[in-house]
Amino acid sequence: MPHKTFFWFFFPSGLAMLLFIGLPIFSSLFQSLHIETQQILIEVETCDPFGCEMEMQVDQDATSKLRDEKPMGKFNGLGTYKDRNHLAFSELGEAWGQKTSFKNFISTLLNLPFYKALLFTLTFCFTVTPFVIVLGFFVALSLNVLSKSIKGPLIFGSILPMIVTPLIGSLVLFWMIDAQGILGASLQFIFDDPNLSLKSSKNLTWMMLIIYGIWHNTPFAFIVFYAGLQTVPQDPVEAAIIDGASRSQRVRFIVLPHLYPVATFIALICLMDNFRVLEPILGFSAEGVAQSLSWMIYQDLRNETQMLFGSAGATSMLTIIGVGILLTPVLLRTWKEFKTER
Amino acid sequence: MESKVNKYSYQLKLFNTLFIIFWLLISIFPFVWTFWGSFKVKADFFSRSDWWNAIYGLNTIIETGGRYTFEAYINSWIEGEFWRAARNTLIVTVSVTTISLFLGTLGAYALSRSTYKYTFWILIAALVFRAMPHITLVSGYLFPFFQLKIWGILPTTIIVLVAINQPFTLWLLYSFFKTVPKELDESALIDGCSYFQAFRHIIMPVMWPGVITAGLFSLMLAYNDFTVTALLLNQQNYTMVPKINAFLGTVEHGGNYMWAVASVVSATAPLFMIVMFFQRNLISGLTTGAIKG
Repeated sequence: MPHKTFFWFFFPSGLAMLLFIGLPIFSSLFQSLHIETQQILIEVETCDPFGCEMEMQVDQDATSKLRDEKPMGKFNGLGTYKDRNHLAFSELGEAWGQKTSFKNFISTLLNLPFYKALLFTLTFCFTVTPFVIVLGFFVALSLNVLSKSIKGPLIFGSILPMIVTPLIGSLVLFWMIDAQGILGASLQFIFDDPNLSLKSSKNLTWMMLIIYGIWHNTPFAFIVFYAGLQTVPQDPVEAAIIDGASRSQRVRFIVLPHLYPVATFIALICLMDNFRVLEPILGFSAEGVAQSLSWMIYQDLRNETQMLFGSAGATSMLTIIGVGILLTPVLLRTWKEFKTER
Repeated sequence: MESKVNKYSYQLKLFNTLFIIFWLLISIFPFVWTFWGSFKVKADFFSRSDWWNAIYGLNTIIETGGRYTFEAYINSWIEGEFWRAARNTLIVTVSVTTISLFLGTLGAYALSRSTYKYTFWILIAALVFRAMPHITLVSGYLFPFFQLKIWGILPTTIIVLVAINQPFTLWLLYSFFKTVPKELDESALIDGCSYFQAFRHIIMPVMWPGVITAGLFSLMLAYNDFTVTALLLNQQNYTMVPKINAFLGTVEHGGNYMWAVASVVSATAPLFMIVMFFQRNLISGLTTGAIKG
């Protein structure tokens, strides 16, 4: 296909991606280097029947004038990246200087908002993914041997958790697991503890979110594994049967090696998607004990007094760097494949 | 030979069956429970005393006189203006699906038929774009959109969702187009068709399965999106998912938590029906990427 034809075919799609995916990244970067104009405070004398006193008030006119002049705020360099809500270099340096033990330093580190969010995001990603792969594999293996006639409806039933949006999925689970819901109440009954509530403890909330993550992501792994199972070559399997291999041996030595690339694909997609975890935190109302990087950005943009573009931009850039690190192995692999293909 | 390969022991079959039942219970029961509970009053669905109330509807009978009540649905759709959100979702979903299929088929066709090296780089760029968390993009949109005064309206959101959807659509359709033999359009070109005519009259007619799959994914993305719609639309233009979130935020204290339950069911039901209808396409779409890798 000539360059010119290619260009016109690809132009609309490319333009959309460039404008709404490429540019926003630069826009975020630009925002992260600026900081919002602070409110201008003036001293006014307010009098009431009990006397007059001086108090500080927001000068609305001057503030809005300044904001109109410089909507972006003033240039702040890497200041936002270094502040307490992001990388917090000075706080960390201080904590390192004053530390009594290494453990002490770690606990200070994990009390800083950014590192707290990073820890949750990574824990969520790397706990959910292995469970999803193992569970998805077993569901696929079990469904594969059932008779064709009932497979269709069963597959539909199995993929329901994936179809619904995370917010709805987490709400549906939350309403059951809530202290007044069916599961929550049953757990209280089983453990004979009327005050038991999954919301009350940090560990239990994290566990609940991770269980939700597994529930939501397993169908995807299951479907991909299921499709992979259809392509397992039958000849080696038959040969193995003749040689007297048991079912578990066949799965281990023939099916698993065949599905290895499929498993890496699932792991990759799972990591990528779970890195952006946000809706479950809102659905489970777990903001108090579990914050993710995406949640930090969401919170900055939802700020009631003023949208914190600078802060949101900085967190976004740091998140993108994180995604980049996660993605590097795949990009390297694709590059190698491309090299060998040519 | 098939029969011999697929002969399994009795224990294995039993284990399989139990495992599948266990998994189905986990995946389906929450939805059944919510569906059932949405026809009860709050005191039953979130029963403090005994969750059997949710099944028998003790308080529902006391409060409304019947075992089932449509109160939550009626109130959330009319008083809560959920009908508006449903209408917005319909507009957004239909537009996003149509536009992204149009752009996606053109782009993916070009990518699959060009032999130059830049196609590889475009596909890699699309992969990187696919990995971007949506919220980081949204944080980049807000400020320019405010300045341009295009924040809060449906068309902006539609275009943004189309763009966010493009990388995946391109990859999916690219792998589908690759399976259509090149000779087909080459012969059309020799007969004097232009590339666009070959695309329109020769390739598209055999591409319907791929297009339906890609369309289904666009539909799910647009229908399910929360991050973009919640932050780029104003309250009036909310689609269903951010509307449900808004119900949670305000209604909890207002006392009518059941609105959210009813609207969750209203939002989920159409999606389940669509997926049930197109299930085969969905599965083929999910697997094309994986089997290649």
